[in-house]
Amino acid sequence: MHDLVTKIIENRRTSTEVFRRLKKHRLAMIGAAIILALVLIAVLAPFIAPHDPIEQNLEHRLLSPNTEYLLGTDNLGRCILSRLIHGTSVSLQIGVMVVGIAAFVGVTLGLIAGYRGGLTDELIMRIVDILLAFPGIILALAIAGILGPSLYNIMLALAVVGWTSYARVVRGSVLSVKEKEFVEAAQALGAGEVRIMFRHILPNVTAPVIVMATLGMAHVILAAAALSFLGLGAQPPTPEWGSMLNDGRAFMRSAPHLTIFPGLAIMVTVLAFNFLGDALRDILAKA
Amino acid sequence: MLTYVIRRMGLMVFILLGVSVITFSMMHFVPGDPAEMIAMERYGEEITAETIEFVRAELGLDQPVYIQYFRWLTNVLRGDLGYSFRTDRPVLDEILTRLPATIQLALAGMLVALLIAIPVGVISATRQYSAVDNISMFGALLGVSIPNFWLGLLLILFFSLYLGWLPVFGRGGIEHLILPALTLGTGMAAITTRLIRSSMLEVLGQDYIRAARAKGLKEKAVIYKHALKNALIPVVTIVGLQFASLLEGAVIAEVIFAWPGIGRLLVDSIFARDFVLIQGCILFIAATFVLVNLLVDIFYTYLDPKIHYEAK
Repeated sequence: MHDLVTKIIENRRTSTEVFRRLKKHRLAMIGAAIILALVLIAVLAPFIAPHDPIEQNLEHRLLSPNTEYLLGTDNLGRCILSRLIHGTSVSLQIGVMVVGIAAFVGVTLGLIAGYRGGLTDELIMRIVDILLAFPGIILALAIAGILGPSLYNIMLALAVVGWTSYARVVRGSVLSVKEKEFVEAAQALGAGEVRIMFRHILPNVTAPVIVMATLGMAHVILAAAALSFLGLGAQPPTPEWGSMLNDGRAFMRSAPHLTIFPGLAIMVTVLAFNFLGDALRDILAKA
Repeated sequence: MLTYVIRRMGLMVFILLGVSVITFSMMHFVPGDPAEMIAMERYGEEITAETIEFVRAELGLDQPVYIQYFRWLTNVLRGDLGYSFRTDRPVLDEILTRLPATIQLALAGMLVALLIAIPVGVISATRQYSAVDNISMFGALLGVSIPNFWLGLLLILFFSLYLGWLPVFGRGGIEHLILPALTLGTGMAAITTRLIRSSMLEVLGQDYIRAARAKGLKEKAVIYKHALKNALIPVVTIVGLQFASLLEGAVIAEVIFAWPGIGRLLVDSIFARDFVLIQGCILFIAATFVLVNLLVDIFYTYLDPKIHYEAK
């Protein structure tokens, strides 16, 4: 990762150039189009969902896909398609919130550690080392388990686990950037520490952060769905993809569509962010 | 080398201490009063304030936090991780009983991953940008993105319920191992394939490969004897580091396939709100992870004689 970050920083590309290259990258464009579509679905959910996502209709239990219920119904007679549509905003919100918090905390602490150096650096980085000693999802599992099952608790748990990698990468980038002349110039002009960190250094380390955040969306959405699948995240009747999969498990033999569609939704979303993130990484790192 | 190992072990001890502090403090974030909870576990719902205070004093929960921590740490170092609320058995016993199942599953998952990744990665690298390469790389991206819990269910749906070839769950003969190992190994295979490909590409551009070709060696010998051997060096570290995702995947696979391993024990203990057991599992998993990382690092220095870790 570190080599990659150095490459990304050395290559300093303008945003127009990155955008131009992205437009030529087929997978990136597919990814971006899917993400855009997902955002639209999330925003327009109340208008485009054919049924109420939580309204139960026991007469219509476990129906296979048909003209009224395009993706069938679950064991409580709820429309799967409507639940998937409403679930989009749940998953995207989790992704944005967790990545946002993790990136904010990680970038800030990484900047401070890299710029200040010395004891501050030691302290922050040793905390990072210790947190990285736990396999991520397992720590999140334990935190969510101890705090009790809820969507907020898994978001908190994933943020606690997630900020460390941002801090590590940003700190590494800062170490190489802070030796540059423009930082020295700013120091000579008497700029304060905070100003130098956020106005002069931060813009130079954002590229790797953007790559990490895009791939991080994929990772967080997947992890949150996994935790909900295990029963620790979203609680009924919230239409969340992971918990829909979990609910469908009991009816795999009679109603396999309960298992197939939510999983497909998770995979397509994760794939889209991975497409875009991978492309961004290639474009920013390639000379 | 020796200095490096010593320094690395010093760091490991520090990290393990940090890990112990975090795991210990977890118990203090449990909503509610732990003394009350334990008292209720022991004596039922109808308990008096005196009983709670008795339990608190007995377990030392009325002591300052740092004393509680040192007492707990001393016990942990003696191998005493406490007793499970639910079964009343020592936590360490519970974990050790489940350990073989998890190790078996993890090894099988790793085997699946390498069996897919090595040939696919090598073929992709030797035919860079060909159709085969493009398809494998797309497959790898798919493999990274497919939720393993969904993959597990699809495998059950197809191989167990539809074809009826393999058992749905449980631990037994090799037929029980196939689906969980595939569930666990697929994601890892995807990451490892990409790595082997890029590592092979780098090695194939080296002078000694050109020299091997120049002296008239068969292409097969060049690729498998000269290139692959060197390309696998960085892969060793990654496979070691993937131990984490292997453990994470094991939790999912064990839950789906009712595999009696540590991952399932952890999830069960979470739902039973058996906090001492949760704490024990987390501590055990993190400590194992730290140890494996140390071993991988040391093994790596042996593998690649170019690397010398000097004490700074």
